[in-house]
Amino acid sequence: MTASDRPKLAVWKFASCDGCQLTLLDCEDELLGIAEKVEISHFLEASSATDPGPYDLSLVEGSVTTQQDVERINHIRAVSRRLVTIGACATAGGVQALRNYADVAEFQAVVYARPDYIATLATSTPISAHVPVDFELRGCPIDRGQLVEVITAYLAGRKPDVPAHSVCFECKQRGTTCVTVAHGTPCLGPVTHAGCGALCPAYGRGCYGCFGPSNSTNFPSFIPLLRRDGMDTLDIVRVLRTFNTAAPEFDAASRKELGQ
Amino acid sequence: MTHRGSKVLHVGSLARVEGETALHLIMDGDEVAEARLAIYEPPRFFEAFLRGRSYTEPPDITSRVCGICPVAYQLSACRAIEDACGVVVDGQLAALRRLLYCGEWIESQTLHIHLLHAPDFYGCDSAIDLARTRRADVERGLRLKQAGNAILELLGGRAIHPVNVRLGGFHRIPTRAELRPLAERLRRARDDAQETVRWVAGFEFPDAGCDNDLLALAQPGSYAIESGIPTVMPAPTTAGLPADSDRALPTRSFGVHEFGDHVVESQVRHSTALHSRLDGRRHLTGSLARYAISGRWLSPIALQAAQDAGLGDPRQGIVCRNPFRSIVIRAVEVLYAVDEALRIIEAYEPAPRSYLDVPARAGTGHGATEAPRGLLYHRYALDAQGTVTDASLVPPTAQNQGAIEEDLRRIVQERMRDGDPTDAELTVLCERAIRNHDPCISCSAHFLDLTVERGGRGLRRFHAE
Repeated sequence: MTASDRPKLAVWKFASCDGCQLTLLDCEDELLGIAEKVEISHFLEASSATDPGPYDLSLVEGSVTTQQDVERINHIRAVSRRLVTIGACATAGGVQALRNYADVAEFQAVVYARPDYIATLATSTPISAHVPVDFELRGCPIDRGQLVEVITAYLAGRKPDVPAHSVCFECKQRGTTCVTVAHGTPCLGPVTHAGCGALCPAYGRGCYGCFGPSNSTNFPSFIPLLRRDGMDTLDIVRVLRTFNTAAPEFDAASRKELGQ
Repeated sequence: MTHRGSKVLHVGSLARVEGETALHLIMDGDEVAEARLAIYEPPRFFEAFLRGRSYTEPPDITSRVCGICPVAYQLSACRAIEDACGVVVDGQLAALRRLLYCGEWIESQTLHIHLLHAPDFYGCDSAIDLARTRRADVERGLRLKQAGNAILELLGGRAIHPVNVRLGGFHRIPTRAELRPLAERLRRARDDAQETVRWVAGFEFPDAGCDNDLLALAQPGSYAIESGIPTVMPAPTTAGLPADSDRALPTRSFGVHEFGDHVVESQVRHSTALHSRLDGRRHLTGSLARYAISGRWLSPIALQAAQDAGLGDPRQGIVCRNPFRSIVIRAVEVLYAVDEALRIIEAYEPAPRSYLDVPARAGTGHGATEAPRGLLYHRYALDAQGTVTDASLVPPTAQNQGAIEEDLRRIVQERMRDGDPTDAELTVLCERAIRNHDPCISCSAHFLDLTVERGGRGLRRFHAE
């Protein structure tokens, strides 16, 4: 295929750590193959050559935290046939959404001696708060295999096969003994979206929710289990308020814990 | 466009909104008065939201500062908090931490060498472009990078934001048998790493020097990675030597708990990254500094490769101050990291427990490690319950910003002596100069939006320090 026949892929960065777009470069076995099937038209982490679009598939990393970025995401949507968010920042606002609970002026004063030099919005919001999104890939960071599945699916014109059930399913698939049942270790697995392959329990620690809420959370039943295993209100609020703090289910559960 | 009486020239076809970094060159006649690197990366306020968190959380939370060097953040955080709590992790647990860090060095530095930096030397836009003519070299790089990721995945669970690090050690430690297949793979990777040193040593390097103080950790007996004492080699001109001198100078050290007395951060209007100075002077961290300060402690195979690559013998007081050759030092560091990982695996005996208990206590702790792009320092203040009351993170890119700007100023100035360059030519030259220092990945590969202000110095007042 010539360059013009191949679908055009673009990768965009908003407020983030770069880890999710790095996942694409971590596909060492697939990278050169993918580059033959698609034209990587815009990917500043990897290439200084850019094409103004339009693009067949845009992968968007990071959350929206500046007015300039509000305008930029609208432009990206307008020039993209499909727009997929990659990772917790783009999908739920990321760890930087902890600012949503605080006074941003105070946050700026902690980090910067001259906060008046810094232009930022009071909140960190997911991409879907600003433009329609075709698919949201979860994780902090995303899983390499799921990223390849998403790219492949859109190239083939089908929906990505990415299950939305909980991490518990993955522990069973992996054959990992339940850390809560066996050791009384608090674990967010029952309310957390699958995708990592149930890594933390395999390493003897409880899941900390980096893929955000699954499609079947039941916090009224779940929170008492965390308390039984030794967590107090502060511990529960802290564990829910990390990388997916602004995901609606986690946000509501943490507010309820605080009696808000 | 006319702006306050100065001519402001924009270069590049890209819309400005696409870059997280821009360069402003301020001209005074034929002299480059100043180069300013503007980092547009939106602020994320880690130091603010760490306040009020539990002392067990910063290793996981701060890894999210950087997806390219999460282990550096995790281990600087662990060291600082363990210091506050009076716990020292040593023996096999410390060796495993070093092994994990070797994985990150291999992965992250190989990424920079092959995917970001090497395309410059061939005039290519990307490694994918480079693979059209140098496929075997790019594939070797991907293989080597994968070997680094294999260490991270085995010990950490995953390559980006590993899950297995905790205060006092690890959640789970591997058996000897689990490490055996890794050793097989690393033996093959060592050949790739040697070949990579030979490859990059053959690139053409412009002559250049570096008149900055060099700052790196020192750990006599080994090449400092996950621990060490901050050590400074003064700039060559302080000893009457030219900026491109290859002579080592006597060093001085200070305790990591004094870091904040020596390295002082300040904010400049044009950037969301804080600038740092070392005892009031511009300084540079990263591969040039590490090689100058720890080079003599490289393993025999890495020392031999360095000499074959023309870097000279660090045991004879030879250093490299040419930033363009930093890619060669990085390749030597990758070879060392592979070799060191093999040494650690061969000597490995599982510790009786996967972690030491780290009981909370009130106090302040300091920790520094060598992230792939330079020294990364963390400080935390804790109350008696272990709640973080204050946090400070000083990343290498913020420390290097002043040195990178000075590099750019000198390089452009030298280029101007050979006649007026086009702005496109200047952009390519400046992008290369920036990549020499491997600043955070998004900055290093982003297209530079170059602005040249020709004429008066009226705009300098915007540079408020």
